[in-house]
Amino acid sequence: MALEPESTLSVDVWRGTAVGKFQTFAVPRRAHQTILDVVTEIQREQDATLSYRFACRVGMCGSCAMAVNGRPRWTCRTRVSEAVSDDGSLRLEPLRNFTVVKDLAVEMTDFFDKWRDAKGHFEPGESRADFHVVPPSTRARKAADAGIECIGCGVCHSACDVATWNKDYLGPAPLNRAWTLVNDVRDAGNDARIAAVSGSAGCHACHSHMNCTEFCPRGIAPTYSIAGLKRAMMKRALGGRVPWPRSCSSRNASPPRCWPSR
Amino acid sequence: MMRASHQQPGFLAALLHRLAGIALAIFLPVHFWTLSAALNGADFLDKFLKVTNTPLIKFAEGGIVVALTLHMALGLRVLAIEFLPMHERTRVAISICLAAGFAVGLAFAFNVV
Amino acid sequence: MAAVLFVAQRVSAAVLAFAVTVHLITILYAVRGGLTAGEVLERTRDNHWFFAFYVVFVLAVAVHAPIGLRNVLREWTPWHRRSLDVALVVFALLLLIMGFRAAVAVYLPPEVLVG
Repeated sequence: MALEPESTLSVDVWRGTAVGKFQTFAVPRRAHQTILDVVTEIQREQDATLSYRFACRVGMCGSCAMAVNGRPRWTCRTRVSEAVSDDGSLRLEPLRNFTVVKDLAVEMTDFFDKWRDAKGHFEPGESRADFHVVPPSTRARKAADAGIECIGCGVCHSACDVATWNKDYLGPAPLNRAWTLVNDVRDAGNDARIAAVSGSAGCHACHSHMNCTEFCPRGIAPTYSIAGLKRAMMKRALGGRVPWPRSCSSRNASPPRCWPSR
Repeated sequence: MMRASHQQPGFLAALLHRLAGIALAIFLPVHFWTLSAALNGADFLDKFLKVTNTPLIKFAEGGIVVALTLHMALGLRVLAIEFLPMHERTRVAISICLAAGFAVGLAFAFNVV
Repeated sequence: MAAVLFVAQRVSAAVLAFAVTVHLITILYAVRGGLTAGEVLERTRDNHWFFAFYVVFVLAVAVHAPIGLRNVLREWTPWHRRSLDVALVVFALLLLIMGFRAAVAVYLPPEVLVG
C-alpha cells in the first residue's frame, strides 16, 4: 500500500479497565486503511500489551466492535477515512454499556445472558407429523427475516441510552431476536417469551431513541422489532392470547423418516 | 458538545419529548391551582390574571404551549413507531413534529399579543 | 406491572391526543387579544360538556403524567425503589384533586360560590 507522505494518525487508545486512561500512538496513515489495521499495527509494532478483539476481519463475526470517535462500529469495516476527525485523530474506546475486561476488549457474558433471559432461542415444541410450511412472502416471515441477520456484535447495545440508564434492560439485540422468534411459525414458546420481555427491564423500557437502528452494521431496525413486542405485550396484558402467526395445518399422521424421535 | 452516538434525530426527539413532559408535569399543578382561584369568584381570578400579565409570564406561557404541542407531536410519533405498520422516515417525521410545535407556539404568541 | 403501566400510558396518551387538540384550539381561540376571567368563565360556567370534557382530561392526565415521570426518575436519578411509586401515586392523587377542583371551579355558577 502506498504510504501517504508526511501523514500520521494520532490515535488515543483506552488502556485499563473501567479505570484507566488514554494512551496516544502515532500510526502512519495508509491508503484504504481500516481501524482494525490501525489497532493491529499498534499492537504488533508498538505495544504488544494492547488487548483487543477481532476474528474474521471481513464483517461477518462482529468480534471487532468498539467505539471509534464515540460511535460504536466494527473496526474491520470502518475505513480510517470515514471515521477520522478533521484534525487527523482517532479515539478508540471499548464498547459503552459493557464491562471492560482490558483495554478494548469487553465482557460479553452479560449481553448473552440477556439474550437467554429474553428467551431469544428457538423452542421446538412437540413433534409434528409434517414439516411446517413457511412461505417467505407471509407478513410474519418478512418480519422475522428483517431481523434474523443479527450476529450478536453488541453495537446496538452499546449505542442504547436505556441500556446506559438501566443496567437490567434486556437491550435491542435480545429483544430483536425474541421478535424474530415470535414471528417464527415453528416456534412453540411464545407465551413464555412474551412474559419474559414484559418484565420491568423489558421491551416497554424502549423509548424509541433509535440509536440501535442508526448504528446496526447489518441494517437491522431493532426499534421496530421492539415495537412489535410492545404490541404483543399489550395484547397479552389486555387478556388476549399471543397472536403468533397462523401456521399451516399439519398433514399426515405418520412422521417422515428423517424426523428425530423425541 | 453532544456525545457522537447521540448526534442523530431520534435521540433529539426523545430528549425534547422528555424535557417537555417534565416541564408540563411541573406546570400542571400550578395551572390547576390558578384555575381554582375562580372558586373565589371571577374577580379574584381576574386579579390573578392581571398580575400574571407580564411579558415574562406570557413568554413562559408560550413556552408551555410549545412544550405541550411538541410533547404531543413527538408522542404521536412514538405511537406511530409502535403501532403503524409502515416505518417512518425519521428525519422527516421529527422535522414535522418540531414544525408543528413551533407553529402552534407562534399562533399563541400572535393571538395573545 | 410494567405491562399494565405501559398499556395505561398508551391508552391515556390516546385520550390526551384528542383532549389536548381540543384544548389547544380552545385556548388559541380564547386568548385572542388577551384573556380575562369573565371570558373564560362565560364559556365554561354551567356548561355540562366542558365540565365532562375537563373531568376526562384530568383523569387522563392523572394517569399519564405520573407514569411518564416514573420512567424519567428511574432512568435519570438513583431513585427506583418502592418509595418512588408511592410518591408518584401521591402526585397522581394531587393532580386528580387539584384538577377536579379546577374543573368544578370553572363550572359552578356564581351563586353557588363563596364571596
